Amino acid sequence: MTLAKRIIPCLDCDNGRVVKGVKFVDIRDAGDPVEVSKRYCDQGADEITFLDITASSSERNTTIHTVEAIASQVFIPLTVGGGIRKLQDIRNLLNAGADKVGINTSAVLNPEFVREAADRFGSQCIVVAIDAKCISKPGEPRQWEIFTHGGRNPTGLEAIAWARKMVGYGAGEILLTSMDRDGTKSGFDLELNRAISEAVTVPVIASGGVGNLQDLVDGIIIGKADAVLAASIFHFGQFTIPQAKQYMREHGIEMR
Amino acid sequence: MTHVAVIDYGMGNLHSVAKALEHVGKRAGITLKVSVTSDPAVLRAADRLVFPGVGAMRDCMAEIRRLCVDEILREQVKLKPVLAICVGMQALMQHSDENGGVPCIGLFAGQVKRFDDHAVDQSGAELKVPHMGWNRVRQTQAHPMWRGIADNSHFYFVHSYYVAPDAPAVIVGEADYPKPFCAAMAHKKVFAVQFHPEKSQANGLQLLENFLGWNGQAHL
Repeated sequence: MTLAKRIIPCLDCDNGRVVKGVKFVDIRDAGDPVEVSKRYCDQGADEITFLDITASSSERNTTIHTVEAIASQVFIPLTVGGGIRKLQDIRNLLNAGADKVGINTSAVLNPEFVREAADRFGSQCIVVAIDAKCISKPGEPRQWEIFTHGGRNPTGLEAIAWARKMVGYGAGEILLTSMDRDGTKSGFDLELNRAISEAVTVPVIASGGVGNLQDLVDGIIIGKADAVLAASIFHFGQFTIPQAKQYMREHGIEMR
Repeated sequence: MTHVAVIDYGMGNLHSVAKALEHVGKRAGITLKVSVTSDPAVLRAADRLVFPGVGAMRDCMAEIRRLCVDEILREQVKLKPVLAICVGMQALMQHSDENGGVPCIGLFAGQVKRFDDHAVDQSGAELKVPHMGWNRVRQTQAHPMWRGIADNSHFYFVHSYYVAPDAPAVIVGEADYPKPFCAAMAHKKVFAVQFHPEKSQANGLQLLENFLGWNGQAHL
């Protein structure tokens, strides 16, 4: 008996609504974040991840209120990411009831921010979110580059070295999204996931591309992920969390 | 009316503990007041104390000492039920290996140790540190705080350090990662857990509900 693998439904939220796009465009509405979180929690989700994709910082207060409302009703871990730039942003989210925060662009712009955040709040609540895209040509050994701003801006950073560096700076977990697969329903980038998971000592959450339940199994067994994150397959009723857990259990994965 | 004070020493997410206590109080029909405070007068007046904590031990102990939370706990554990959670549990030991070594409150004899990096499970897979996620807890001793919770139930953990009490008799729950470690310990009016009941859905809420009704005795 050991630690169970986790299923984490992800709520991409824009100005107080859950949305889901394909490769970060073509956005569809998927409901009220508090109702959606509660439904997933009742179904047995192991955590909830809330990504604030609201463009303007003036709407940041909406996020704080939403996080408070979710945390008052949902008694499983809640990770909140999106637009975190200052230690005070982290403090505000933790006070609102977040258990962990996801840092992405700010980590690239200023890696020391991750170190300061981990020192102040503990590694256990610092998740570094990595958006990676394959940059090698067909036939070449695969290589991935880090992108920021929802996949728009290349950084020149190589993904595996970056993940190692972030763990060295105090990241307690890596949320790894394949930009090539996100929203495509063609499965995780298993090679990417395995490479990162084997390179770091902290848990890795696989994200981007889940289209069916076998993809979740592959993410754990082939991609060596500690947790799998998915949005569309749950939001639009294709599968429920219990169906996903049952399928994973049948494939020999320890689930709660 | 029962008054629960959640000890606030400036470290971590107290909102979740307070909200979870309010939730189970309402559910169980208990008239409940929850204070989140470091005010000694309020802590002394409360019927029960919750001692939570996340973050690094050096900073936690510095705040605990600055606010005299250690003194208040030493005196109050004799008087009322106390539930310690995560770093709160660890702070009850004598010493932690975190941050190069930190002396702690010392209500329980023993140390706080780090999980080994690169430990492997039965299948040979390397185990990650922090130990983060849902693991099963074996109830190694009967205790009123386990009421209504099945043996080997899952609870949510997130930690890199664990307590190793000198007296095995205080261990009331164990989990495996990959070796067994102390997930819950109890002595007199103190019940301490390494996992987060406030984040452990139904099982965690049941434990918090049990705490609201617990008389501080080891037996019903």
